[in-house]
Amino acid sequence: MRCSLKVLVPMMVLAAPVAVLAAQSRAFPNVGTPLGQAEIQAFDHMIGPDGKELPVGRGTSKEGAEIFAKRCEVCHGKNGENGITHHLVAGSPGKPFRGPFYGVEKDGPSYFPYPTIAWDYINRAMPASNPGSLKPNEVYSLVAFLYYRNGIINENDVMDEKTLPKVEMPNKNGFVPAKPVYPPAKNPSWY
Amino acid sequence: MESNKSDRRRFLKQTAALAGVAAGAGLVAKAQPASAQPQHVHNEPPRRGARYSLDHLTHYTPLQDYMGIITPAPVHFVQQHSSEFPEIDADQHRLTIHGMVDRPLSFSMADLKQLPSVSRVHFVECHGNSSPQIHNPNNSKNPNMGLPVQYIHGMASCSEWSGVPLSVLLNEAGVHKEASWLVMEGGDQGKFSHTLPLGKAMDDCFVAYGQNGEPLRIEQGYPIRMIVPGWEGPHNVKYLKHIKVVDQPYNTWNESMNHSVSRPDLGGKARWYHFQWGPKSVITRPSAGMQMPKGYVQITGLAWSGAGRVSKVEVTTDGKTWKEAKIQGPVHSKAHTRFTYDWAWDGQEAMLQSRCTDETGDVQPSLAELSKNWGIALEDWKKPERPRAIHMNAIQPWKVARDGSISDAMFA
Repeated sequence: MRCSLKVLVPMMVLAAPVAVLAAQSRAFPNVGTPLGQAEIQAFDHMIGPDGKELPVGRGTSKEGAEIFAKRCEVCHGKNGENGITHHLVAGSPGKPFRGPFYGVEKDGPSYFPYPTIAWDYINRAMPASNPGSLKPNEVYSLVAFLYYRNGIINENDVMDEKTLPKVEMPNKNGFVPAKPVYPPAKNPSWY
Repeated sequence: MESNKSDRRRFLKQTAALAGVAAGAGLVAKAQPASAQPQHVHNEPPRRGARYSLDHLTHYTPLQDYMGIITPAPVHFVQQHSSEFPEIDADQHRLTIHGMVDRPLSFSMADLKQLPSVSRVHFVECHGNSSPQIHNPNNSKNPNMGLPVQYIHGMASCSEWSGVPLSVLLNEAGVHKEASWLVMEGGDQGKFSHTLPLGKAMDDCFVAYGQNGEPLRIEQGYPIRMIVPGWEGPHNVKYLKHIKVVDQPYNTWNESMNHSVSRPDLGGKARWYHFQWGPKSVITRPSAGMQMPKGYVQITGLAWSGAGRVSKVEVTTDGKTWKEAKIQGPVHSKAHTRFTYDWAWDGQEAMLQSRCTDETGDVQPSLAELSKNWGIALEDWKKPERPRAIHMNAIQPWKVARDGSISDAMFA
């Protein structure tokens, strides 16, 4: 608010044509409500494959094991195995499962091509009884625990907003097309 | 009615069991008490469905029972993943568009209804419809499976959907020229999410608030859902809440895991981002589980394609010679199209099949052709644990025995 005129005037000059353009390009300017950054931050939890939206936080597999036992085991079974839904482990510590994924191995994070997918899904949708209730540190810890149990990371590896996107997923090359594009390559419809 | 009631009882029992699991775990349960019943807008009970697991509920469209091309809303198929049907207050519901846009915007239901609307007839079909797993009468998860056609091909339905073109909403927000994809998120508990390329979004997608002249039903995404014409079902995100404009596919949990399939012809790699359905058809009457009458029989069924209009449907009654069926209008693009074929049954064994050709000239494949393409040996379909397949549009053979009984001969 304490901008000097020296700064403000050039800013207004720069901003004016943009504002005019923006106003002109709206066909229905009376419909819909502009969203502020604070509002967007409150609901935008979608994390992309490069992890650039990941919040600051950290966790380890040991911390994750405790949280998993309290919040996840009831449905997914002890250590993510043999639960009533979604078996979460393929491979074992030190021995990642590299496919092919024809059966139940497809149910857990070993299958995912990007390390951020498990984080994003757990953060937004888990646990099913109270989705969105986990804090970032808890989500990092759970992902560390699952990745350790799946042999994807070591037991003492710390997962945070910088290390997680760099995790090497065992099935990262397991998808066709490797990088989806639109319009897609011309293939027969069965393909 | 009896079977509906018993299905409903089973559904409620299983729902109660789920609530019990949550309560027993001492979780902070937003889950409803065990006595709560799922609320439906028009008090329609869930129909003829199966709960495969805690997070997977399916209702199948009774294709054998209805006529014309429009699926009545209460029997439109349902695939509900990761949550119960959410109860959303439409007055409070907002659709937001943010990310790579000039003007992030929030739309109320009143806003959406104030904008130019379209009504279009389109099929919606689950990517897993007609899969070898649901063909299986020995499927232990649902003793109903296998018969009739409802449980084989009934994850496809067709409605007149009404709503706002997505291009209108995106133009209001002003999409950055570097943007190339959207990621959509639903307001259900499981936050069902899916990626959509911007090119398709601007082409013919719309945010629907109406189905067959009435507001969406709760199990169809009330108050709003996305309609992505001709593409695999999961793109049609229900309870649509957030659209984030981005510059790459977001590969969410749902699409990475549930909507991909490992294929032998790809060396075991998984095919994902299938997008569009190929040409497909099925004879709905007479079909498996029915009794064939002697003399005149009108063979009828549905044909559709994600590529556009159906241009031709052929029928064979001996499994070899194909004859052109009558197409009964109206014929809409990316919509179920009714066909009929006049026939007389002489009491001999017969093999009824239909084959769809769409306006691009693409022809529906046989199971043998698909299997060859996918690197699956035909014998493998006969194993107790059949190969998994999605995006299945093989020609459906119904075998008629001398006693008039009709059975599913796809994998026989």
